[in-house]
Amino acid sequence: MGEWVIDAENITKVYRMGEVLVNALAGVTVKIHPGEVVSIMGPSGSGKSTLMNILGCLDRPTSGEYILDGAVVSNLRDDQLALIRNRKVGFVFQSFNLLPRASAISNVELPLRYAGINKDRNEKARLALESVGLGDRIKHHPAELSGGQQQRVAIARALINDPAILMADEPTGNLDSKSGKEILELILKLNKERGTTVIIVTHDPLIAARTSRVIRLRDGLVEEA
Amino acid sequence: MDLWQSVIEALQSLTANKMRSGLTILGIVIGVAAVIAMLAAGQGAQDTITGSISGIGTNLLFVFSGNMGETVRNVQPLTLGDAEAIADPFQAPSIVAVAPAIQGSVEVTYGGEQTSTSVVGVTPDYAAVRNYHMTEGEFISADQMLGNSSVVLLGVDVADKLFGRRDGLVGEVIRIEGQPFRVQGVLESKGGSSFGSQDNQVLVPLSTAQTRLVRRTVRDRVDLILAQVIGPDDISRASDEIAQILRTRHRTAIGADDFTIFSQQDFVSTAKTITGVLTIFLGGIAAISLLVGGIGIMNIMLVSVTERTREIGLRKALGARKRDIMIQFLTESSMLSMLGGLVGILLGWLIAQIVGQIAAANATPFTPVVGINDVLLATLFSTAVGLFFGIYPANRAANLEPVEALRYE
Repeated sequence: MGEWVIDAENITKVYRMGEVLVNALAGVTVKIHPGEVVSIMGPSGSGKSTLMNILGCLDRPTSGEYILDGAVVSNLRDDQLALIRNRKVGFVFQSFNLLPRASAISNVELPLRYAGINKDRNEKARLALESVGLGDRIKHHPAELSGGQQQRVAIARALINDPAILMADEPTGNLDSKSGKEILELILKLNKERGTTVIIVTHDPLIAARTSRVIRLRDGLVEEA
Repeated sequence: MDLWQSVIEALQSLTANKMRSGLTILGIVIGVAAVIAMLAAGQGAQDTITGSISGIGTNLLFVFSGNMGETVRNVQPLTLGDAEAIADPFQAPSIVAVAPAIQGSVEVTYGGEQTSTSVVGVTPDYAAVRNYHMTEGEFISADQMLGNSSVVLLGVDVADKLFGRRDGLVGEVIRIEGQPFRVQGVLESKGGSSFGSQDNQVLVPLSTAQTRLVRRTVRDRVDLILAQVIGPDDISRASDEIAQILRTRHRTAIGADDFTIFSQQDFVSTAKTITGVLTIFLGGIAAISLLVGGIGIMNIMLVSVTERTREIGLRKALGARKRDIMIQFLTESSMLSMLGGLVGILLGWLIAQIVGQIAAANATPFTPVVGINDVLLATLFSTAVGLFFGIYPANRAANLEPVEALRYE
């Protein structure tokens, strides 16, 4: 592993909206050290979602080179990207995105299944749920859990494959302030314990204030601090 | 992704929409049941027909007048003389017994009872060749044949109609076309056959039929000659021998036989061809409903893919490859069709049994047969339908862009 866990150089992303070409990202360079907690901020349309998608390997840049955890990922095929997402990226979404018909532990097991890991799957998922404080809720379904608890399940799921980066998109956006605060504390605690790099996309300056560095986007470019 | 987990997950998602899954499965159930029932009925019909052909006797050749393949002029009818020539062991060594027959429709009366039936003029060998047995009385003897005797053997249906019973009839006198005939026996029931009931007939000596009941232009004429061959391996040789004899006797031109020789096997294979075509035809129609069921699966799977776009996006974010998503949806669609197939097989079997019961209630010996091949075919076919019609929706799911799918509301 090199100096950077994320080394994105001059990333652009151009969308075609009907006849019009939209420059969502116009040459963004982002470098993040392993173990950093970084927040990405910016108004709507600033390109922060696009940047998150590219950094999270959900999407490919139009141009520019992106090295994630030592591997060039900017020009991989779909299934190779799927593998990278599975092994190196953990996602936490604003709306939790748990499978409603699966129990907490089945939800947490899902990335292991896609990784083809069958051994000790159940045990690993149970430990992950314990580490987010839900050891007594493993059989519960999402509908039986509070919003904060659901987001904890999502965090357990994101970290189950021990990823290089945790990508959190407005992780507290659908939570009341108390459980939002708890979730943020949990993420920060896990960052300290495990050294996982954390990237939080947020509108909330209070959250951004808790991160070690803020990347501000405006009109597809990084605003120099 | 292990298969077992996929199956469980597929079942979970199918049970989440019980009504919808149930209706989709119903489409397949009806299709498979129809296919199974049709094939079973076809097989049953084939068995019945071939069985009744085999029941006529063993190793038989049937000789008719006329040529079915080509037009031949000056067709000479078959005569008793032809039958006697075929029976000659020096001319036709492969033939053990010959039974000429003449047939006509007659009115039979006894007291106030009256029925129309077919009369068959036969020789004493007819019993052995056709494998007839008597429940009482004696078969027609050579003396009766020579003496143009007015004796008759009754089929059980005729006995039922005229007397309302099947025994104690020997010695009674019935009238055939107004002429008195003494009943000298009752034939054992052969059951119905596809050529009309063999129980609804009366047998008289051939000579009597020729002179008094069935008028023909040629006095010596017979309608049919049955020849029994030594063994199953000698059938084609026997057929050649008969052809040789008849060509000589009828002085036919080369390649213009005025007679036709059918073996039992020819009848069986003809019947099999006919019932086979019928079965394929009916099965094909039934298969259309299976196809419609398959389209139902495709429809529901497309709805399901659209509904679960976000879920697909999430799975992709967590590392699901295209293959994983494909497998997930294909598992669901094949589960639908497999469940439908299993229930359909049961239902089809049930329908076949009911058809059999109805046939039995109507005294038609017809047993639908659900063959293991048909079951395998239906299972394979229905699963294949599920897979085939699942491919398009599954492919659509697998090719969703994760970013788009996650954003989908």
